[in-house]
This record gives sequence, structure tokens and C-alpha cells, in this order.
Amino acid sequence: MAKPLSLKELSKKEVLISSGHRMCAGCGAPTIVKMVLLASDYPVIASNATGCLEVSTCISDYTAWKIPWIHSAFENAAATISGVETMYRSLKKQGKINKEIKFVAFGGDGGTYDIGLQSLSGAMERGHDMLYVCYDNGAYMNTGIQRSSATPRGADTTTRPAGSVIPGKTEQRKDLTKIMAGHNIPYAAQASPSHWMDLMKKARKAFEMPGPKFMNIISPCNRGWRSRTDDSIALSRLAVETCYWPLYEVENGIVKITFKPKKKKPVVDFLKPQGRFKHLFKPENEWVLNKLQEDIDTEWDRLQKEESLFAS
Amino acid sequence: MAKIVAATGNEAVANAFMQVNPDVSAAYPITPATDIMQRFTSFVSNGKVKTEMILVESEHSAMSACIGASAAGGRVMTATSSQGLALMWEMLFIASGLRLPIIMCVVNRALSAPLNIHGDHSDAMGARDSGWIQLWSENAQEAYDNIIQAFRIGEHMDIRLPVMVCLDGFIISHSIERLEYLEDGEVANFIGNFKELNPLLDMEHPVSYGPLILPDYYMEFRKAQDEVESKVSMVVLEAAKDFEKISGRKYGLFETYRLDDAEIGIVILNSAAGTSKDTIDEFRNRGIKAGLLKPRLYRPFPYEKIGEALKHLKAVCVLDRADAFGGSYGPVFIDIATSLYPYKEKPILINKIYGLGGRDYLPEHAEHVLSELAEIAKTGKVDTVKEYIGVRG
Repeated sequence: MAKPLSLKELSKKEVLISSGHRMCAGCGAPTIVKMVLLASDYPVIASNATGCLEVSTCISDYTAWKIPWIHSAFENAAATISGVETMYRSLKKQGKINKEIKFVAFGGDGGTYDIGLQSLSGAMERGHDMLYVCYDNGAYMNTGIQRSSATPRGADTTTRPAGSVIPGKTEQRKDLTKIMAGHNIPYAAQASPSHWMDLMKKARKAFEMPGPKFMNIISPCNRGWRSRTDDSIALSRLAVETCYWPLYEVENGIVKITFKPKKKKPVVDFLKPQGRFKHLFKPENEWVLNKLQEDIDTEWDRLQKEESLFAS
Repeated sequence: MAKIVAATGNEAVANAFMQVNPDVSAAYPITPATDIMQRFTSFVSNGKVKTEMILVESEHSAMSACIGASAAGGRVMTATSSQGLALMWEMLFIASGLRLPIIMCVVNRALSAPLNIHGDHSDAMGARDSGWIQLWSENAQEAYDNIIQAFRIGEHMDIRLPVMVCLDGFIISHSIERLEYLEDGEVANFIGNFKELNPLLDMEHPVSYGPLILPDYYMEFRKAQDEVESKVSMVVLEAAKDFEKISGRKYGLFETYRLDDAEIGIVILNSAAGTSKDTIDEFRNRGIKAGLLKPRLYRPFPYEKIGEALKHLKAVCVLDRADAFGGSYGPVFIDIATSLYPYKEKPILINKIYGLGGRDYLPEHAEHVLSELAEIAKTGKVDTVKEYIGVRG
């Protein structure tokens, strides 16, 4: 059983990603990494997909990582950590190592939803004892805000810019958490840095469970979202309170919503502070706003129904 | 005591991997290399090796997992061919850049399109500048011997580089030959225990693998990698010397056959060298001084030593089982031409492209080449520098 989390305990723990890294002010990713690593009761080895987090935390001769860390390429953080984990298992079986070590991969949405999906799916199916954490900021932010399959409908990106004919991204985003839960892995969850206790409980639970685990964590990016640098936690909270980003987990197939807003806010509350949705507030694009709200309502209803199937 | 067996090339390679007994292997099926991993995984399933297998969903992930496993700190191997190697291409440079001694058997096969599963060298030639050491093998015995030596070479503390061992698809991988296996203990002693270098699994000394290096230091890093390459020849020769002691079989950076007093010569890789040697014997019987050079260490290419070995010849034909498109010559030809460039007196060079997509290389092809060389040696005249042989139209 995972130990309960307490602020007292956490305050005594060493933060395993050091300050002085070169992520943007207000970026969600380092906060997420810090929380995930703090939540582990065990020593952890991490792999990292190419992306903002990777290029900004290990610029030779400096590293922000106080744990063993490997970056090899963009699309293979899962395959890479699966190799590390397998070597650990081999050496443990041979009696050459006896320490309990946990394994985590960090990737952005481009490296996870898109180019890294095959590698992730393969690693999950093979049953490695690892946690994959996707920090989802909804576009290829590292290369300059290009559209990904995690980009929300209506968003303005540099490869699907909002223009006079096309109002930004016209497709619904991919539901990766559902896809990962569909692998019948022991644990898949969604979390948000605004709900830090929820996030860390999930991470601790994931580290505690054997086998492959997946966490999808919303990660505000003020550069791509065109928002204020000091708004990232507020925005990730709005994502949860509007049910744009529901907090839930699928543990051994059982769906549980871990936070239900008392009153679901309209999605425009989440969209308004972000410049990437500015064009949606023109009268001719109202249909996109309506469609976005419809997507969210449908999904939230579906999730609640799914949860009710397991309610005792 | 050596054990004499009749085995295919793939069987010999699988047996070498079993005797090496690596800690981890990650692999994906592809013809004609599949057979190696099928045999090896049966060793795993039957407890003959301690290896943990990672049965990945693609070759890209196979190499990625090998990289993770090797960086974690242990002995790692894999095998592939053709499209599989092409899909790994991105990761090959990362394996060598991270200086990870992964050993990979490449069972040479043609590249698509058009799709073809048979033997040629297009796959490994496409990866020749990826920073991997390449050892090429004429037959099953050489493939077996090269695999075992590859672990000693790649894991050597002076270099720490990945090694690719190449053998011809089907021609060698699927043909049965007589060969000798070493004793398990001899192999274990020869390769020694794996020596860790900055393993990820050392939690007391956390390391970061794969940093970003910008223009301020990238070039110094690349230069350092090139300097490491310059030490490879010595390490290969040292391993060969020790290997000869246990096997009685002698290896160098390349093999020469009746070359010392030769006037005309063939340069050729892998299985076709055998056919060429037979034809050379026939020409020698006719009083024509023919010889052969077969590269073994193809990367890093021993330019100076090969140039030295060939410079006295009057005419040399380089036979390539891969083409380099874009108006260029075959890859081996380009390397041989480079190795001879510094010499004032040097042989006339011609280039023949042969055996693509598994097309047979027959004694008559070698005869055709040697006759042409004899003529060139006599007249000093070359009609066509580069030509396809054994082809219609």
C-alpha cells in the first residue's frame, strides 16, 4: 500500500529537478516533474522524449536532473525506458543488483500522442514496470506551437493558424487516456498541477503498482496558449472546473472520477484568458465554441456514466 | 576443444549469441535475420541463457530499447536486416554518439522499392557512416567468429562503440556449412565480464545521457568521436590476436589472397570473395598474376593499410553489391579510390555492380572481370569505369 502523502513529509524530501533549468517562466512541465518525482517513495530513473523539457533541463555540461536520466530521441521515451527497466530486471534476477528502483518516462503531447504512440503502446503491452507521464500542453511547443493530435478544437497554431477561411484546428482532440486505458494496463489517470494532491496521490499509487502505468497531465504553456506567465495554475484549474480536463483514474479497469466540480463552468471561462482561442469569440466562429462545449458535455456525461457502472 | 558442426550462418550467429549470453536483447522479426532471433528466443524459453528479451513492436523501438538497456549497464545484442536497419537509422547515430557497445548482426538484404528479401549490401552500406564499427563476414565461420570478437572490440574501454557484424542474406544466413564452435568457457573467457561505464542503474552516481550540445561544443564532441574511431584498428587487431590463440583462425583488418605479387586484383566483400578466389586460382594456373583483397573492418575503413596493400597493382576492380545513386560509384569503390589517392604510382581502378537483390555471382562473372583487368593492365585503357554485371540489357 502506498503511504499517505503529507505536506510535512513532502517538505522534507529533496526536489529531484533542480532550479536553474531553462524552462520558460510559468511552464507547467517542471512543476509536474517535481510533483511526480516527489510522490515516489522509491529511487527513480527517468527517460525523456525530445522536447521542451528535455532541451531545457540538460544542456551540456549542466543537468537539472538529480536522478539518472536518459534522452535518446523524440518518439521513443517509452521504448528507451523499457530497455533500462529490462536491464534492471535482468541484473536483479542475476543477483547483481538488489535495490528497488522505479522507472518513469516523460514526454510532451507531440512525443506521446503522435510520433511516440507506437513506442508507448508497445511498451505498455509488453508489461514493463514503468510509469509514462505525458505533459500535455496541446501542441508542438518546442518547435514553435504547431498543431498536434492533442491540440483542442478551435486553437490557433502555427501550422493551422486561425485565418479568414479556417478557424484554427477544426478536429476534436485525440483521447489518449482512453486509448491507454484500452491497453488494459493496471493504471491510467488524468491529472492537473492545480490539483496537486490529486496528482501526487495518483503518481504515488502508480509507482506503487507493478506493471505499466500511464498518466496524462495537463501542462499550461503561456507561449503557446498566449496567456499570462503567472496564470498557469489558474488555467489548469479552469481546465478541470470546466471539465475540459476531467480528473479521473482507471484502476484495473474501474473508472473513478477523482474530482467533480460543484458547478461545471462553461468552457469559455477556460478559453477566454488564452490568446489561442481569441478568434473564436468573433460572431462567425460561434459554431466552433458551441462544438467545443458539446464535445466536453458529451465526454463528461460519458465519463460519469462509465463511472456509475462501477459504483457499488 | 572445438566442436565441428554443420550449420547455417544464422544458426552459427545464434549459437555465438548463446555462448556470449548477453543480459538483454531487443528484437523485431525481419527476413532473413528473423531466424537468428527465433533460435535465440528458444534458448531463452528453455533456460539456456540468462538473457531478458524485449519483443518490441518495431526495429526503431528495438534499437531504442537496446540503447536504454546498454546505458543501464549490461551486455546487449540484436539482429536485423534491410528495412529494419533502415528504420533504426536514426537510432544508430544515437547508439554510437552515446558510445554504447551494442552488438548487432546485420544479415544483409536489399532495400525497397521494389521489395526484395534477398541478399545485397544496400542496407549496411546505408549505415556505414553512422559511427558503428562494421565487421563483414565471408561465411558462417567468419560470422560466428566476428560476433564473438565484436563484444571484445565494442566493449573495449578505449573505444566503447557499437559493432555491426554483416553476413550475406540467404547465401550465408540460410546455407549449411561446416564450421567450428568454440567451447562455451573459451568464449566466456575471451569476452570477459562486462565492464560498466557510467551505468544509469548506479543510483549513487546519477548520470544524464543524451544532453543538448549547441554550436559552442558540438564540434569538439564530434572531433572527440572521430579520435575514438582512430583507435579501433588497434583494438580489432588485438582482439584478433587473442582470438587466434583460442581458435587457430587468423583475422586482420582485411584479408589478402595471392595479392603480394599480383598485377591485377579484385576487391570484394563477403560471400562473393569465395567464388572470386576460385577463379583467381584458375587465372594463376594460366600464369596470370591475379589476387584479391576482402575488407573485414569496413568501418572505420583502414584507408592507409589498404592503400598500401593495393598500390603495387596495375589494375584493380572493386565489386560492389550495392549501388550509390546520384551518378556516383559503388561505396566500396569510393573507399578504395580514396585509399589509393595519396600514391603517385597506383593501379587503374574500375567498378562493377553485381548481385543486387540476391542475383547470383558466378565464376563466369569473376572471369569476365579478371579478363578485363588483364587487358587493362596490358593496354592501360579503360572503356567504362562503372558497369553493372550479370544484368539484362
